[in-house]
Amino acid sequence: MLHLTTGRVGCLLSKQAVVALTSSGARMSSHGHHEVSDSVDMSQPMYWDRLDTPLPDRPWKDVLDSTDKSLKQKEKGPWTALSKEEKIALYRLKFNHTYPEMKRPSHEWKTVIGGMFIFFGITGLVVFWQCHYVYPPQPHTFGEEWQAKQIQRMLDMRINPIEGFSAQWDYKNKQWK
Amino acid sequence: FSPVGKMFRAVVRLSTSGVRSLARIRPCYSAPLASRCYSHAKVETDEEFDARWVTYFSKPDIDAWELKKGMNTLIGYDLVPEAKILDSALRACRRLNDLASAIRILEAVKDKSGPHKDIYPYLIQELQPTLIELGISTPEDLGMDKL
Repeated sequence: MLHLTTGRVGCLLSKQAVVALTSSGARMSSHGHHEVSDSVDMSQPMYWDRLDTPLPDRPWKDVLDSTDKSLKQKEKGPWTALSKEEKIALYRLKFNHTYPEMKRPSHEWKTVIGGMFIFFGITGLVVFWQCHYVYPPQPHTFGEEWQAKQIQRMLDMRINPIEGFSAQWDYKNKQWK
Repeated sequence: FSPVGKMFRAVVRLSTSGVRSLARIRPCYSAPLASRCYSHAKVETDEEFDARWVTYFSKPDIDAWELKKGMNTLIGYDLVPEAKILDSALRACRRLNDLASAIRILEAVKDKSGPHKDIYPYLIQELQPTLIELGISTPEDLGMDKL
């Protein structure tokens, strides 16, 4: 059952990864749309948000409109002349997520745990059905009477009298210790 | 300042095998470690490591690829880069007219410090003159350290 769960989670993960990587893929004109494109041109430099790769191979927004271009021009001058909003805009042109946004917690664990419990439940139902319909009748040696006689015989034979079975039986008072 | 230094000695250790360049206050701390030999190869000292990276980023005509490659490699190491290396990298960003990368570098360094929350403020303090001179705002200034 476990491999089914991982397969299901794997589908979710790969879908998210595909969306993240292809959203600004080969056919992107700007970063606006986040649909899954049909194919990523892997021969072109790609963008990705990774904690261990602060500067990806290409900027987030490749195609700049005129406001972006003029901002880029202003960037060539002293940065003290840029306002906070302009600095943020420049960052957002080059990068998609900030580090805190990359590290944001997701609700995926709820899906995983929920999926696990669902499969446990299905397994439980299958096992229950199996107990009822598949198992053959119990051997006659499992019956109450037989078990009692079996135990009495084991005590008479002094099975494991030192530390085991018969050692637990008080022969004088005819009861368990 | 001295208790902070002591705190760094205990806390700022990112790996146990041959501590490399750390955001440290007392340079003399690393000298005994540098003489430890793991093989017969020559071990680079912390100072040599720092100097090598400062030189790398100080290249006057550094290009965007080299900056990217350098930063990604540096962040890949098991250490937080010294302030002087970061200073050199930020100046390289200035030569490349790339403010966004400069801010990204600061974010990356903060993330690299991991649980050692005192490294990043120390580095910002050390880099303050450069940040003011070049006009680089920290992610905190721009409100980008929150979600």
